Amino acid sequence: MSLWKKHAIFEKNSILLSLGVIVVISIGGLVEIAPLFYLRSTIEQVKGVRPYTPLELAGRHIYIREGCYNCHSQMVRPLRDEVERYGHYSLAAESMFDKPFQWGSKRTGPDLARVGGKYSDEWQLQHLVNPRALVPQSIMPGYPYLAKTELDTADIAGHLKANRLGGVPYSDEMIANAGADLKAQLNPDDAGAAGLEKRYPKVQIRDFDGNPQKITEADALIAYLQVLGTMVDFKGYDAKANYR
Amino acid sequence: MSTNATYRSMSANEVAWAIASAALAVFSLFVASKATDPGYAFHAYVFALAGIAGVIALGKRAAANVPAVAAQEINGKPNYNMGPVKFATLASLFWGVAGFLVGLIIALQLAYPALNFDLPWINFGRLRPLHTSAVIFAFGGNVLLATSLYVVQRTSRARLAGDVSPWFVVLGYNLFIVIAGTGYLLGITQSKEYAEPEWYADLWLTIVWVAYLFVFLATLWKRKEPHIYVANWFYLAFILTIAVLHLGNNAAVPVSIFSPKSYIVWSGVQDAMFQWWYGHNAVGFFLTAGFLGIMYYFIPKRVDRPVYSYRLSIIHFWALIFLYIWAGPHHLHYTALPDWAQTLGMTFSVMLWMPSWGGMINGLMTLSGAWDKLRTDPVLRMMVVSVAFYGMSTFEGPMMSIKAVNSLSHYTDWTIGHVHSGALGWVGFVSFGAIYCLVPWLWNKKGLYSDRLVNWHFWIATLGIVVYISAMWVAGIMQGLMWRAYTALGFLEYSFIETVEAMHPFYVIRALGGAMFVVGSLIMAYNIVMTIRSGEAAEPLDAAKPALVPAE
Repeated sequence: MSLWKKHAIFEKNSILLSLGVIVVISIGGLVEIAPLFYLRSTIEQVKGVRPYTPLELAGRHIYIREGCYNCHSQMVRPLRDEVERYGHYSLAAESMFDKPFQWGSKRTGPDLARVGGKYSDEWQLQHLVNPRALVPQSIMPGYPYLAKTELDTADIAGHLKANRLGGVPYSDEMIANAGADLKAQLNPDDAGAAGLEKRYPKVQIRDFDGNPQKITEADALIAYLQVLGTMVDFKGYDAKANYR
Repeated sequence: MSTNATYRSMSANEVAWAIASAALAVFSLFVASKATDPGYAFHAYVFALAGIAGVIALGKRAAANVPAVAAQEINGKPNYNMGPVKFATLASLFWGVAGFLVGLIIALQLAYPALNFDLPWINFGRLRPLHTSAVIFAFGGNVLLATSLYVVQRTSRARLAGDVSPWFVVLGYNLFIVIAGTGYLLGITQSKEYAEPEWYADLWLTIVWVAYLFVFLATLWKRKEPHIYVANWFYLAFILTIAVLHLGNNAAVPVSIFSPKSYIVWSGVQDAMFQWWYGHNAVGFFLTAGFLGIMYYFIPKRVDRPVYSYRLSIIHFWALIFLYIWAGPHHLHYTALPDWAQTLGMTFSVMLWMPSWGGMINGLMTLSGAWDKLRTDPVLRMMVVSVAFYGMSTFEGPMMSIKAVNSLSHYTDWTIGHVHSGALGWVGFVSFGAIYCLVPWLWNKKGLYSDRLVNWHFWIATLGIVVYISAMWVAGIMQGLMWRAYTALGFLEYSFIETVEAMHPFYVIRALGGAMFVVGSLIMAYNIVMTIRSGEAAEPLDAAKPALVPAE
């Protein structure tokens, strides 16, 4: 009885009520979020995972801009059918440089976490231009304009810097060479190709949209799609090392 | 100081607002001149125009002799400030119809992909955030602004605090909506679901939201009742929590102030957790706590009965806000999020069922002794059915948060069905009920233009919802089962594209259900417009009329 009356303290004072609300809603968030910044399984480094190259980062921007995440997840769950359909289940480390993460919430289309290397560049390009030309039952929109639109590369170093401020380990050298690296990734004969490969191990260097005259948005997007899920070599990954 | 007979000079308060508006305009023009992206330049011009419009509106206010500081009371009665409430009510109607229509369009795009027309601005990926933001933040947000600013005045028996600031809140919020929505079409998005607007829109919303909090609190401080009414607890929790979530989830580093693009400071698994802590509580606090505020005021008011149980409302309130915040990880079952966090999220989601149903019971039982009104009052029927939908989706939610169920339902259209039983049934119907109540009250009418049309709206929309969610249940469960189906020889039975193909009939049926809901909303829009234009006035023009005019 008296306990109910005590509640009047909150009902009569808006500041106390506000403070009460803030305290009550803070607990759950703190308990669930704070440990993720120091637990081993969430901050482990896995061999092979590197920051995106400037071209891949630009492609990722196209992926976000077109809202691909609305229909495609990038998170393979450790369930039998998913591992068989898409490949090894996703590790936290594989998205450690993803700002924001692209795990998605819906699979209107298939998961893309490991799409890299599954299809040729030419397939990806034709599929972007007209999905139904390759997959008649597909309901994906066509993106023919990507192959025609020149990629905006003016501020690419700024993009790397913003990522670095958020904790992605882009070195000064990577930032200084951002513009050159972007171009070098499209041409194996480029003078900067060797430097690019040193800075971004195992980078795929080629003209992705088959049109060497122009750096297009399709170049960038395909470069991004082709690197997805390919950084970690699972032959050398010890899953038990992080088991608890 | 001008002593002109027809104009008053601007008050210090108005001058300060005018300087801030002018500064916004000048700064935006500067940004526009150096913007690296045409869409961003367009947004800078929109902000500049808004700043200029603000200066003009403030000048006109003085020129029209609107009192700089309105009377708090007239003839001993509170001089309620209903202008901003009216604006938000009409805005919610407009954005509601627009948002439902975009939903119908994207539903049709999934059934008939040719409707994407291979164009950037109207492809599914850009329109889907437009739909979700339009219905949640534009429609729902304006309903919450309108009802909260109405309820806080009436239950405090005090005029809204501030003279310019309430207008700043509603107009500033709708400016945010315009920036966010046009941004998606232009490809400006940070890709965090339900938090897609980029950094500058987020900053603007932060300013508006702080103003909203202060207007709300300061009105409470002026209250003539010792107790703060229960609806206001929910509104306050909604305003505060959304502020916390918004700041946490949108922490970002812009590429430069001349670029719309930013990178979230969190990454990967931490960002995922932040996102769904935000995302689930956008549901919990924006779409639930705020709308429970509506339930706690409008249902008792409409049936003319007190809230069923005062104690239940106390338990409901604290339990709901405490438990909700934990539920986010159920969006990340079986992902790279640590297992313990998933289990915690599931456990709290299941517990959340209890306060949710406590709230439902409190709402429904408020009708005890007045159930007969359901037969005669279609508006009340709408609100009561909304509470029933609330009960249904707050049972379905905890069930889907169980990991075993989620392994099937996640990534499928079952989730879409679940969301829409809550969004169309609960949020939509309780909002429609509140709008049907508010409009005659605000425009001083005896009643609605037509109760029969409310009835039509109710039945068409209810049928539409049932068609919609049934189609999505079947589609989603089928999809989940097909993904995991194996042949006798141990191979996956279906390729992914076969599961896409199987969705087609259900996408068509879903679009049909959505179309019915749109038709219902159009009937409502017509009814509301006719009520305002030609409804019968509630009382002779002289008596309480002055209380209602000070709007601009």
